[in-house]
Amino acid sequence: MIDGILIGLTTALTFQNILMVMVGCFFGTIIGMLPGLGPMTAIALMIPITYGFDPATGLILMAGVYYGAIFGGSTSSILLNAPGVPGTVATSFDGYPMAQQGKAGKALAIAAWSSFAGGTLSAIYLLFMAPSLSKVSLSFRSPDYFALMILGLTAIAAFSSKGQFLKAMMMVVLGLMLSSVGQDSLSDITRFTFDNMNLTDGISFVLVVMATFAMSEALTIILKRNDPTSVAKQVSLTELGSIKINKEERKKMYKTIPRSSVIGFLIGVLPGAGATIASFLAYGMERNVVSDEEKEKFGKGSVNGLSAPETANNAACSGSFVPMLTLGIPGSGTTAVMLGALLGFGVQPGPRLYMTNPEIFWSIIMSMYIGMVILLILNLPLIPYIARILAVPKNYLIPLILFFSVTGIYVMSFNNFDIYLMIGIAVVATFLRLYDFPMPPLILAFVLGGLMEENLRRSLLLSNGSWEFLWDRTLTACILLTTVLIVLWHIYKTFSKKN
Amino acid sequence: MNINTTKIISLLFFVFSAFYLYLAYQIQVFSFDENAPFNARTFPIYLGYAGLFFSGSKLILPDPNTIKVKHKNLEYKKTGTLILIAIIYGATILKVGYFLTTSLFLFTSYYFLGERRWILMFLLSFPFVAAFMYLLHGVLDIYLRDPFLQSIGVMG
Repeated sequence: MIDGILIGLTTALTFQNILMVMVGCFFGTIIGMLPGLGPMTAIALMIPITYGFDPATGLILMAGVYYGAIFGGSTSSILLNAPGVPGTVATSFDGYPMAQQGKAGKALAIAAWSSFAGGTLSAIYLLFMAPSLSKVSLSFRSPDYFALMILGLTAIAAFSSKGQFLKAMMMVVLGLMLSSVGQDSLSDITRFTFDNMNLTDGISFVLVVMATFAMSEALTIILKRNDPTSVAKQVSLTELGSIKINKEERKKMYKTIPRSSVIGFLIGVLPGAGATIASFLAYGMERNVVSDEEKEKFGKGSVNGLSAPETANNAACSGSFVPMLTLGIPGSGTTAVMLGALLGFGVQPGPRLYMTNPEIFWSIIMSMYIGMVILLILNLPLIPYIARILAVPKNYLIPLILFFSVTGIYVMSFNNFDIYLMIGIAVVATFLRLYDFPMPPLILAFVLGGLMEENLRRSLLLSNGSWEFLWDRTLTACILLTTVLIVLWHIYKTFSKKN
Repeated sequence: MNINTTKIISLLFFVFSAFYLYLAYQIQVFSFDENAPFNARTFPIYLGYAGLFFSGSKLILPDPNTIKVKHKNLEYKKTGTLILIAIIYGATILKVGYFLTTSLFLFTSYYFLGERRWILMFLLSFPFVAAFMYLLHGVLDIYLRDPFLQSIGVMG
C-alpha cells in the first residue's frame, strides 16, 4: 500500500495535475453556485476536455470540479436558501438563518472548514479502508436499503420541533406522493400524469427544491414584509464577510466533525445512498446528541447544525468513490458520470483496479486531499466578497432569486409547463410555511421516494409479498430498531417537556 | 374540537389523500401483474393510506401549538403582482426569447417592489441578463432559444 500511496503522490503532485485540481475547483465552485447546475452537470461539461489528458489527470480534474461544485452549491444554500443539489439542502437549515443574522462570512467559513475536515477525514478512511469497505457495501441488500430510507425519513423528527411531528409526517407523505408522479420505473406505466406529456418523466428535483426553498422564501419575504438584508444593513461589510470563527464555535466543530464524517463516509460507501441521506442523517444525529440548550438553536443558525451536514456531504462524496473504484458500482449520479468517463479512458474499475492501474487508483485518492487543500486556499479569501451578496437591497435581491429559480428550471427543460408548476408549488409551499409546515421533510422524501419504492419492490418480490423481510435479516432489524428508538425517544422527550 | 387554519389544511390534505388513493386504485397495471406482490399501484396505495392516517390524526388530536397568522399584516397585493409577473414571464419566455423576457421580468419586478433608481434598474436587468446569457450560452455551451435575438440577427 505504501508503494501505491507514493505512486499516487508522485502522480498527483506534478505541476500539471496540481494546476488541474486548481482549475477544477475554481470552475466547479462557479458552476455549483448557479442554480440547476450541480456537480453532475459540472463534471459532464468537463468530460470532453478531459479526453485530451491521460486518465489520471482527467480524473484529477473531475475530482476538483466535483468538490468545487459541492462547495459552490453550499454557497447558494447559505446565502440565498437556494440549494441547487440535494446534498446541500440540509446546509441551508442553519446556514441561511446564520447568514440572515449578518454572519454570512462566518457561515461560509464554517461550511468551508467543515467540508475540508470532512473531506480530509474521509480521504484518510478511504486510504486505509477502501478495499475492505467494498465488501461491506456489497452486503447491503434491498430490505436494508428500505430500512435505511425509513430511518432517513424518521430523522425528520429532528426537524420538527415540539408538536410538529404530524405536520412533518404529512410533508413526508406529500414529498413521496410528488415523487410517485410519472412513469413507474419497472413497468413504464404512467401514474398521476392526467395524460400530460410533461409529467411523464416525473417532477424534477431542482423544480421542487427551487419552488419550496428559493421561490417560496422570496414570496414569504414579500408577504410578511420582511427584509432579509435588514441585519446586513446594520453590520459593516467587513463584519458581514468576516470569516473569523471564535474559540467556542471551534470547540463545537471539533466535536461535530469526527462523528459526522464517519456517518457521511459510511453512507457514501453504500451504492445509491449518497450525500443527501448522509447530510440529513448527520443533521438529525447531531440534533439528537447536543445539549438541550444547543438543540433550541437548531434551525436558527446553529454552528453544529451547519457543520454536521457540510462535513457529512463532503465525506460522502469521498465515500462514494469506494464502490465506484473497487466494484465499478457508482454510489451517486455524479460518480456514475465519472464512471462513464473512466470507461471512456479504457479503464475498467473493479477489485483489481488498484493492482492493474495503481497510479489511477491512488492518484485519485491523493488528489482528493490535495483538492481539499486547494479548495480551501482558493475559497477562503473569496468568502468576504461572496458574502456581500446579502448586502444587495431587498428590491433587487428578491427578483434576482426568482430569476435564478426560473432560469434553473428553464435551462433544464425548456418548457413553460415546468415554470407554471414551479410557481404553483411555490405558492402552496408559501402558504404551508405560514402555518409552520416544515419543507425539509418534503424534500428528503421527494429525493428518497424513487429509491424507496424500488427497494420495497425488490424486497416484497423476494419475500413473495410477505413483510417478514423487515425482521428476517439482523441488519434490517437493527436499522428498524434504531428508527423505533428515535421515534420513542422523541415521544418521551415531548411528554417529559410537557410534564 | 377547535377549528383553526392548521385543521383546515389537515382536512384539505385528508381530502387530497383520499383523491390520491382513488387515483392510485385506478392505475392500470398489466393483467399478469394484477396479483403480483408488488405492481405500479402498490406504493401509491400505501402512500394514500399513510396520508389519510397522518392528516386524520392531525385533525382529531388536539393542537397545542396553534399558529395564528395576522392576515392584515400580510402583503397580498405585492406578492400577487410578483406571482402574476412570474406567470407572464413563464408564458412568454419560449415565444419571445430568454433575453428580452428575463430582462423585462427583472425590470418590472424591481419597479413593483418599489425601486425607482432607473439606471441601476436598467443595469441590473438588460446588461446583467446579457452577461449571464453569455456565460450560459457562450461559455458553458448551454443552448438558450431566443427568437427575439435571432430576429434582430444577434444570435444565429
